[in-house]
Amino acid sequence: MNPSPDTHPGVEVTALTKIYGSGNTEVVAVKDVSLRVARGEMVALLGPSGAGKSTLLTAMALINPPTSGQIRIGGEPVMDGPRALVDLRAFRRQHLGFVFQKANLIPFLTARENVQVALEVNDVPSRAARQRAMELLEYLGVAQRADHLPDALSGGEQQRVAVARALANHPSLILADEPTAALDRQRGRQVMELFAKVAHEQHAAVVVVTHDTRAIDLFDRIVEMEDGHLKPTGDHFR
Amino acid sequence: MNLARRDIQHHLGRFAFTTVGIGLLLMIVMGMGGIYRGLIYEATLLVDRIGADLWVVQGNTRGPFAEVSRLPANLEDRVRAVPGVASARRFVSHTIQRPHQGRALRMVVQGLSWPEDRGDWVPLVAGRPIRQAHYELIADQSLGLALGERLRLGMDLYEVVGLTRGMVGSSGDGLAFFTVSDSTAIQFDLPGEATRLERAARLHRLESIDLGQVSPQLSERAMAPANQLPAIAPPRVSAVLVTLREGADAATVAATISRWTDVTVYSTQEQRDLLLSGMVDKARRQLGLFRVLLILISTIVIALILYTLTLDKIRDIALLKLIGARNRVIVGLIFQQALLMGTFGFGLAWWLGRFAFPHFPRLVVIEPADLAQLALIVLGISMLASLLGIWKALTVEANTVLSA
Repeated sequence: MNPSPDTHPGVEVTALTKIYGSGNTEVVAVKDVSLRVARGEMVALLGPSGAGKSTLLTAMALINPPTSGQIRIGGEPVMDGPRALVDLRAFRRQHLGFVFQKANLIPFLTARENVQVALEVNDVPSRAARQRAMELLEYLGVAQRADHLPDALSGGEQQRVAVARALANHPSLILADEPTAALDRQRGRQVMELFAKVAHEQHAAVVVVTHDTRAIDLFDRIVEMEDGHLKPTGDHFR
Repeated sequence: MNLARRDIQHHLGRFAFTTVGIGLLLMIVMGMGGIYRGLIYEATLLVDRIGADLWVVQGNTRGPFAEVSRLPANLEDRVRAVPGVASARRFVSHTIQRPHQGRALRMVVQGLSWPEDRGDWVPLVAGRPIRQAHYELIADQSLGLALGERLRLGMDLYEVVGLTRGMVGSSGDGLAFFTVSDSTAIQFDLPGEATRLERAARLHRLESIDLGQVSPQLSERAMAPANQLPAIAPPRVSAVLVTLREGADAATVAATISRWTDVTVYSTQEQRDLLLSGMVDKARRQLGLFRVLLILISTIVIALILYTLTLDKIRDIALLKLIGARNRVIVGLIFQQALLMGTFGFGLAWWLGRFAFPHFPRLVVIEPADLAQLALIVLGISMLASLLGIWKALTVEANTVLSA
């Protein structure tokens, strides 16, 4: 079931443009892109290298301010051009979850602590954070590895922990950049299935930048980018 | 969850080695302060322990600890006659270096005014005070002499009858207590040939004057040892120590003696101040400068260590920012590590110092007040040193985690 973006807004990008450099070195990474993703919806962002996918994703992640355009998350306006309309760090803490190509787990924290830290920075008391972290690890099937450091986990397990961390604070938007690039086909599909599960069960908007089309059937919608634009035919409903 | 503690646990070896390095550095800072305190303690030890109220020294000099002071021994009798004086003692002090059992034995020869002063005030760790007028000594342990050991100084043999500990001169050489006459004999000990020549010259001078020609008995006396000829060569002492009667006014007594133009009088405090403002002062300033330099170096070293540690986890810090961690979480991570490093380093410095400092050639005195002061300094430099790492951590962008 795909809820309407108007009634359950996840992220809404309007006329977003991002230009790097200036003068002779100016590069237009994203040009006049508008995109809406509803909560409970999982969208794949496809395109060749340099198409502007990651730039669009980092702009939506509020770590790469756009040159112009607006971003609304959960119905709340957060960016107007390069100007932040909210405390970005606090907003990320409360509403966003991230998963990357590499799991990017903190090496000196165990799997559970890597999830727990995302909760504690959001002022969840330590005991409750610990309990929630364990619940998430169980939900994602890595509870038995909770007390292991990232070095002792397989790539798939690390990605699951990263997903658990992204889910920790019940985000309305989860952003993933090439989350299966370092995984084999089977594990890659498992991770994508997790995202689909999260989108549908946790009712989060999920945007995944990927080159991997092997699990494309799991997405609710596919958006293609090329040369900083959304391709006219690139917005497909499955 | 304490991120600083978890990071340290994960990199325990690196943290331990770094802390050991900082600990050794702080031990040197601590040692410098201790050497300074030891210098003062050693310099003023004798003045403090000997228990004199006034020091009478050669006129226009600063006394035996600052320069050569020579007084006739019989000054002691003049001083005793001054109202308010309970007793007066001769004081002889000079440094010698003589061969003993194949090594150079350097000591401060200290004359005790026998029989009034037998060294009963000297804190003994073994043996007894001096009981004979000659050929006995009390030695500081640092001289390496054993109880009962015999020591040849000049033509005489002296037996170690008592051992004391921590009694050293301002130069750090161990003290050896003799009777005044023995210490004078040691000081003016001459080879046989030099004695013979000196006596011949003395006789020649006597024969060249009327007195010598008309008094053959005087010529015979002139051939006796110099210390038996007070009229010709009165024995010299370094100072005369005065103990006042109870209730006597020190200033009045000092003023009375000061009217004698051949002597200068100092109170014990003045003698102490002269010691500290003279030879100890330059060493104190030098040690102080070294200490300041070492503290600066420690700050820079700790700052660089913390900066490097911060660089090592810059991706983790960027990730923390990405997931929305507040600055205080990140500052706390670095600051707590700085404090832990400083605290453990300080503790290690203190612990290592307990074993190392007693083996230093000079006395190292670590006083609680100095420890507290250094603890505050370590706290300060830890805070200061963490600023560089904190600055780096606060300026890193959250998206660094993506580009790494």
